Amino acid sequence: MIRIGVLGIGNEARGDDAVGLVVARHLRHETQDHVTVQEVHGEGSRLLDRWQNADAVILIDASCSGAAPGTIHRLEPLTQTIPHGLFPCSTHAFGVAEAIELARVLQQLPPRLVVYGVEGAQFDIGSELSAAVLRAVPDVVRQVRQDIAAFRTLELGEDGHA
Amino acid sequence: MTTRSRTIKVDYLARVEGEGALYVKIKNDQVTDVQLKIFEPPRFFEAFLQGRSYREAPDITARICGICPVAYQMSAVHAMEDAFGVTIPDPIRALRRLIYCGEWIESHALHIFMLHAPDFLGYADAIRMAKDHADIVQRGLQLKKAGNALVALLGGREIHPINVRVGGFYKAPTKRDLATVTEQLQSARETALETVRWVAALPFPDFERDYEFVALQHPNEYPFNDGRLVSNHGLDIAVQDYNAHFVEEHVSHSTALHSVLRDRGAYFVGPLARYNLNFDRLSPLAQEAARDAGLSPVCTNPFQSIIIRSVEVLYACDEALRLIETYEMPDQPAVRIEPRAATGHACTEAPRGILYHRYQVDDQGLIREAQIVPPTSQNQKTIEDDLYAFVPHHLDLPKDELTWQCEQAIRNYDPCISCSTHFLTLHLEREDSL
Repeated sequence: MIRIGVLGIGNEARGDDAVGLVVARHLRHETQDHVTVQEVHGEGSRLLDRWQNADAVILIDASCSGAAPGTIHRLEPLTQTIPHGLFPCSTHAFGVAEAIELARVLQQLPPRLVVYGVEGAQFDIGSELSAAVLRAVPDVVRQVRQDIAAFRTLELGEDGHA
Repeated sequence: MTTRSRTIKVDYLARVEGEGALYVKIKNDQVTDVQLKIFEPPRFFEAFLQGRSYREAPDITARICGICPVAYQMSAVHAMEDAFGVTIPDPIRALRRLIYCGEWIESHALHIFMLHAPDFLGYADAIRMAKDHADIVQRGLQLKKAGNALVALLGGREIHPINVRVGGFYKAPTKRDLATVTEQLQSARETALETVRWVAALPFPDFERDYEFVALQHPNEYPFNDGRLVSNHGLDIAVQDYNAHFVEEHVSHSTALHSVLRDRGAYFVGPLARYNLNFDRLSPLAQEAARDAGLSPVCTNPFQSIIIRSVEVLYACDEALRLIETYEMPDQPAVRIEPRAATGHACTEAPRGILYHRYQVDDQGLIREAQIVPPTSQNQKTIEDDLYAFVPHHLDLPKDELTWQCEQAIRNYDPCISCSTHFLTLHLEREDSL
């Protein structure tokens, strides 16, 4: 059975930065059949540990690229680099983009990886999710479910037990 | 006469007000202004805590920092126990030291390998460094993992640990539980020793100042949770007297508060301060490694903080193994708490330096007032003063390189902007005019 990891990343206290955590909470009760859903706080190098035992990983984080708030970016880092500025991060810190690129150099990327960036509007401390991001959440949840289903089909196909 | 003025400006994100920025102004080869703006999440949390139960303080404050949640939990529980007049039995005290060891290992390893080492080796970041030095980066990740394992084992989760409570822990580990990480820590101790040797050979700018170092000092332990606040300039006070000696000042260029010693000014907290004031309390192995690395018991070059951090990682591995070996499970995982109207204070040694918490609590155990002073705001003035002293000697450097060295000088302090700037970008701008 393929092991699928869903990782929602964010900071609870920073408005739209919490969107990854919120999406993970929507999917929390779907943890079954080798699907694990985790919330990730803090810095990005922890991701390398989190996906170590997964065959497929789906990451969800807030993005800040200048697109319209609520825009959903979907990336497959195994075939593309993370566009500069999508998950902007101070050079003092280590964010999602840094973790992915470091894992690529160290050849520690999971075999399958999908990254969602949900464009945020407000990141002030103590703020809530913005209306645009809140509206995007069901769409992201739906797309992640589709990815999970696709990963399962893929595995069944490979095993020849369709 | 030609007036030559230059400005070094590093904004983290122009769109988010007051998040963090460096501004250095140079006129006629003299530094005329240095402003470091650092965003400070604790201000929000101080207000947020009002009206909450004392029980919530450790979990709420743990959310201030994704890298050092244990430090916030430790200062919170000790401050509450101070308010309620509670004494913690030795086995619980040992467990607190143990979880703090995990956090130091994790936080220091991140800074040494991912954030600071690239500066010394001439790489823009750890990713580029990993292309040439994959083994070194792997070493850092391995060390970090040992710290994570320890925090997860005691905290219930590796990030935002949930097992810490006022009075102790929700569940105490058995001796057998702790033994599960012994092998990993033994290996980490070896890696830490190699790390001390490796960082000692890095090139260090020749830069020293006469700092006032402030740290906790315990009669016979390298400090984590307990001790008096001491300095190399004669400060020696109980933690409860913190506000009589330290003041937070508003500065015009920043929404953050600068912490200074009353009538004395800037001071220095963190690994260098702890080391300089507590060298003889390090384990023999850590002392020997420091000496072999060429350090004397006092180090006043902040660029060498990377060596001190490595010595502290080695100490934390060594101390964790000692604590595990001598651990006796407590009869109860936590002592009983009887709330009373009181004010409690605590300072503990977060990876970046002393973290002060003060809570005024009513007889129902509800928080009336909270004060949180993180290490980064205490170092902020010292960082600015370093740049005042550092920049004039490096004006011959090309713009980019000088900017980089200023950033490296800031990173000497491992300023805790990383957790608050999760989504922020580094935008570099430098203006020259004649």
